[in-house]
Amino acid sequence: MTDSQAAAIGATRETPAARRRALLWQVVDDYSLILIFIALFAVLSVTVQYFFSWDNMVGLLLSVSQIGMVSCTMMFCLASRDFDLSVGSTVAFAGVFCAIVANATGSVAIGVAAAIVAGGLVGFVNGAVIAKLKINALITTLATMEIVRGLAFISSQGQAVGVTNEAFFTLGSAELFGLPVPVWVTLACFAVFGVLLNKTIYGRNTLAIGGNPDAARLAGVAVDRVRIAIFLIQGVVAALAGIILASRMTSGQPNAGEGFELNVISACVLGGVSLMGGRATISGVIVGVLIMGTVQNAMSLMNIDAFYQYLVRGTILLIAVLVDQLKNRRQAR
Amino acid sequence: MGSAPRLEFRHIGKSFPGVRALSDVSFAMRAGSVHGLLGENGAGKSTMMKILGGEYIPDEGAVAIDGDVQAFRSAADAIGAGVAVIHQELQYVPELSVMENLLLGRLPTRFGLVDRRRALAWTRERLDALGVDLDPRAKLRQLSIGQRQMVEIVKAILRDATILALDEPTSSLSHRETDVLFRLVRDLRAQGKAMIYISHRLDEIFELCDAATIFRDGRKVADFDTLEGVTRDTLVQRMVGRDIGDIWGYKPREHGDVRLSVKDVTSHIVQRPVSFDVRAGEIVGFFGLVGAGRSEVMRAVYGADRRLSGTVTVDGKPVKASHIRDAIRHGLVFCPEDRKEEGIIGVRSVAENINISARRNHLTAGLFVNDRIEAKTADSYIERLRIRTPHRRQEIRLLSGGNQQKAVLSRWLAEKDLRVLIVDEPTRGIDVGAKNEIYNVLYELAAHGVAVVMISSELPEVLGVSDRVIAMCHGRIVGQFAHGEANEQNVLAAALPEGTTATNAR
Repeated sequence: MTDSQAAAIGATRETPAARRRALLWQVVDDYSLILIFIALFAVLSVTVQYFFSWDNMVGLLLSVSQIGMVSCTMMFCLASRDFDLSVGSTVAFAGVFCAIVANATGSVAIGVAAAIVAGGLVGFVNGAVIAKLKINALITTLATMEIVRGLAFISSQGQAVGVTNEAFFTLGSAELFGLPVPVWVTLACFAVFGVLLNKTIYGRNTLAIGGNPDAARLAGVAVDRVRIAIFLIQGVVAALAGIILASRMTSGQPNAGEGFELNVISACVLGGVSLMGGRATISGVIVGVLIMGTVQNAMSLMNIDAFYQYLVRGTILLIAVLVDQLKNRRQAR
Repeated sequence: MGSAPRLEFRHIGKSFPGVRALSDVSFAMRAGSVHGLLGENGAGKSTMMKILGGEYIPDEGAVAIDGDVQAFRSAADAIGAGVAVIHQELQYVPELSVMENLLLGRLPTRFGLVDRRRALAWTRERLDALGVDLDPRAKLRQLSIGQRQMVEIVKAILRDATILALDEPTSSLSHRETDVLFRLVRDLRAQGKAMIYISHRLDEIFELCDAATIFRDGRKVADFDTLEGVTRDTLVQRMVGRDIGDIWGYKPREHGDVRLSVKDVTSHIVQRPVSFDVRAGEIVGFFGLVGAGRSEVMRAVYGADRRLSGTVTVDGKPVKASHIRDAIRHGLVFCPEDRKEEGIIGVRSVAENINISARRNHLTAGLFVNDRIEAKTADSYIERLRIRTPHRRQEIRLLSGGNQQKAVLSRWLAEKDLRVLIVDEPTRGIDVGAKNEIYNVLYELAAHGVAVVMISSELPEVLGVSDRVIAMCHGRIVGQFAHGEANEQNVLAAALPEGTTATNAR
């Protein structure tokens, strides 16, 4: 046999049928999450009473609106191989702070602005400490989680802070084209952060940093600046979520949003965002948030005790991570 | 010889989903010989070694030792049969000492506690007997990579291995470490061990091996019972499957004005100020032993490490210290030595890896990434540099080393205003065919007036490709040679520390 023949045999690796099969698998891989969600949704629509009704759909969306907003920024955080545990505390603190400032000044706008600046500040501190002082993100945000929660309790003296100005409540309850404002804000977040991730240097660099921070730096990515921006924006969006939550509850509550950070991270991981960094899609995150909300909603409709909901949520997360792992292993082979 | 060979591969075949990694490969080797295995990356050498080491089970064929067919189901089976495969990625415990690594799992005990004194004496004795100069108490992480490799080999010998396979053992060794390794291999041959030696460095194959087998595309393409009278060109041609002629392909070029000027640069690691100039269209090769400070100087020039003092100018314009983006804006770019750790972003696509820097120049509305242009850029470099990938969206970690390197080069070629390219060990661990292609890229850039700096630890490569060779030793520039006057003797003599001579360094 000649060399060229030997090479030709080495090169004929795939038959057309095998390639079609591989392509099909690729599609199933890429859309597995969406397919699972559609199946889940269909089954629940048929089996659970009241599930598939307009009112329930709106309620479902409203219930995941806070998680949805912050999932967008958490997606950036995880995609850059970082972590943020402080968002739950920021949600609570922003609500309390907004209520206090609004009451003191008599202006809802000033209260909202002050809370957003405060949230941005928390995020900036997180980002600066992690990027510049090179302290592990888990530890840094664990610390700020405690500190910010403390600030929320101190500033409110441990009590819910009611807002006197009625205008504040419209933020959480007003409707626009049949959907409540928080749902619109969440949809806007999905759109804006989806475009940021896919279509801007900021988003692409975030993924590059998560994929390999050293290589990204040597390729000219302003690694520190991007990391600080990620945390700063996350602080702002968490504050926004906190303000809207306070508006819905008609008061700023210092113990709001406990465990919120873990729900947000769960939604992202469920949506296929890799904790190893470098991999994230906005469609995945949206589906992750919807799956979380749908399961919760259905369990409530079925009158399942809230205590069991923890079990179900944890199990779903574990399965999602296992599936992701299997997928990666097959690709790596 | 009438008796059965020590080690024999009989009609080995192995497939993975979608890929036929090996088909019908047979070859044999005697006790007391060193058998070279050659082939481009992906030719099937590593799969072969994994079959020998019991990590893969062949679909067809079998391995026979002294004529007895073996059915290894695990690495432990292979070790039990006296086979030791030493992979490029070494297996050791960095926090433990040499002694503990060597005796792992069978440390001598006394009253249930480790008998350190006995262990130490035993280890010393064995190391001395092998002529290996290592402190048994040193922690593995404190040792150089070469020394760690030595520990690995000693471990194999102490397990009474009669068959040793070394996969690219010298890719990160200094000349002196290589020398020690070669001596050890020759001693082991004299003791009757059968050894497989995989290397991309043909000089080593000629120096060390008694016989050789060449792989291409998962098949055996040639067997040489002896390397007497076999030429380098013959081997290369059989490996690549075509005649690539003169591997360096050097042609003299015109040089322009000084493009890169480095004056008195220091960093935390580069303590003595370093200065040099590179002209437009010139390729300057930096040669030195491992640890001579070449990479460290270039990292300080580029801004990857903090530059403490000195100036760097490109076409007379100063580049800000410790500011990578400013360097890139001046057209000064750098391909790092460790491709996997610092070059590629593994989980991102080939296209992303190519476009990551240059995309800032063609944003839509100053804000949005232009996917159309980026796809075109990626495809054009994939074609021009012959990057072997199914498509531009493939994750780059799935490509071979040579193709990854070409993608990293493409990233900088995509810069409109490329003026100075610094490449650190651009061909390490890359097969001959891809090496040749990378040299051609460097030549083409030089022909377009780019000033090229190439760091390499392979002396023939430095001599073959560079217009000028700069030798470094202990963080200082110790010699400069024009293409015509540089040769192995004078460059090596300059690069060696005082008190050593060229003969005992290699």
